[in-house]
Amino acid sequence: MSTASIGPSRSRRLPLPGSDALLGVLGLVTVGVVGEVLPRSGLVNPHYLPPTSQILARLAQIVVDPDFWTLLGLTVRGWALGLALAMVLGVGLGLVIGSVPFLRDATSSTIEFLRPIPSVALIPLVVLLFGSRLPSALVLVVYAATWQVLVQVLYGVADVDPVARDTARSYRFSVFSTGRHVVWPTALPYVVTGFRLAAAVALILEITAELVIGVPGLGQTIGVAQSSGAVPETYALVIAVGLLGVAVNLLARAIEKRVLRWHPSVRRDAA
Amino acid sequence: MTPLTVLRRLGYALGLPLVLVAVWWFASAGSTSPFWPPLSTIVAKFPGTWFSGRMTEDVLPSVVRLLVGYALAVVAGVAVGMLVGLSRRVRAFTEPTLEFFRAVPPPVLVPLIALFLGYTGSTSKVITIALGCVWPVLLNTVEGVRGVDEVLLDTARCYHLSRRSRLVHVVLRGASPQIAAGARQALSIGVILMVISELFGANRGLGASIVQFQRGFAIPEMWTGIIMLGLLGFVLSLVFRLVEHRALAWYRGLRDANRGA
Repeated sequence: MSTASIGPSRSRRLPLPGSDALLGVLGLVTVGVVGEVLPRSGLVNPHYLPPTSQILARLAQIVVDPDFWTLLGLTVRGWALGLALAMVLGVGLGLVIGSVPFLRDATSSTIEFLRPIPSVALIPLVVLLFGSRLPSALVLVVYAATWQVLVQVLYGVADVDPVARDTARSYRFSVFSTGRHVVWPTALPYVVTGFRLAAAVALILEITAELVIGVPGLGQTIGVAQSSGAVPETYALVIAVGLLGVAVNLLARAIEKRVLRWHPSVRRDAA
Repeated sequence: MTPLTVLRRLGYALGLPLVLVAVWWFASAGSTSPFWPPLSTIVAKFPGTWFSGRMTEDVLPSVVRLLVGYALAVVAGVAVGMLVGLSRRVRAFTEPTLEFFRAVPPPVLVPLIALFLGYTGSTSKVITIALGCVWPVLLNTVEGVRGVDEVLLDTARCYHLSRRSRLVHVVLRGASPQIAAGARQALSIGVILMVISELFGANRGLGASIVQFQRGFAIPEMWTGIIMLGLLGFVLSLVFRLVEHRALAWYRGLRDANRGA
């Protein structure tokens, strides 16, 4: 199909390569400057919002402190462990439930009911059971993240082309090779979407557990910094957690690109 | 639908939930563990715990805060998202900043907002919810506006549709499936923030009540709270689905038509 000739003939100038990135950096700098001017001019009380330079200076100090990296490691460990468990549970359950029509029909109402239950509802329970230790965070992370994966996998398995499925059956594919060659390739983009959503949700719940229950990690440190009145430190840690969030998003997108290299949606993007 | 298919559907919908509740009921029946009280005890405590004042003094204010914060976030997110999404330059200028704000896990907003407003009143909680929910709506609106069919836009221009009706009928409508996806993400973030915004300082509200029960070792009451919160989450998602179903009916029709073609 050739669409090039019939597309709208817009004389829109193509941007110079890199100019978008430059504008983006300019945007970040602008935010930084506003953050510097507001407290310095007295429009905002500097005790609530310290100037950007102070926050960044504090961030620079924090980053060279080995303690920071230990805490970051704890946060990342809880996140990664919870996400991995959620992936195994979500993909495993999703493939089994999705492939057996009886299970799919029998579980759909239960899944629709359990999924919207906010995992923060479990906070009091995990506090009683585990206190402020890693398992508390894990329960919250796994509960929240598994639904994201499970639901995507179910969509994915439902999306398998019936003709391909019947063809596989005619050729007497074993259950395993039907799964490997028919179901899995269709479901994979959905699995990866589930992974991307779950990665973000898992970080939110990990930080929640640290902040609210006091599971050791960066979130707990933010709570301590705020209640002890260390304002620049609070902001610096929030920025650090935000950068961790950016890293998680970028990682998830990179994995998506890599796993789905062969898939039309990614190939089209690259072209 | 024949009565038999209705019956079968009902069986599928209610079968597993009934089995699970029954398993919970009987497995916990003789339980002496303080953390896992019998379901019969929890059910017996439910009315006394929630329907003697708590519903209006704790649950309702929590839900109102959630809805106000959420509504603010959706309106602001869609409005700013349209502005940003319509111009390529504005988009490039703001994208990294917005991506950063979205990546900040919303719960850390609580200590930051506590710096400004303290954390006792309703305002700080509503602001927390709004600030946490706005990013998925905003970024999805930007994506949706960017994806609006160019041909449609040009056609609308050719027919001299006013700028206002172009925005409402072409851009907003074209972006609405994406906006709905963002709004759904935002809703679950909103519920999380509703709960944890109540855990800071001496507070009332649904989330605060549950934690007070837990701290006072009123375990059956705590369980009624967990069930209450679960029901609230379920009802909210049901309402959301109904609204979305109505608002996006045109989109489903279009998609099915495209698939059939």
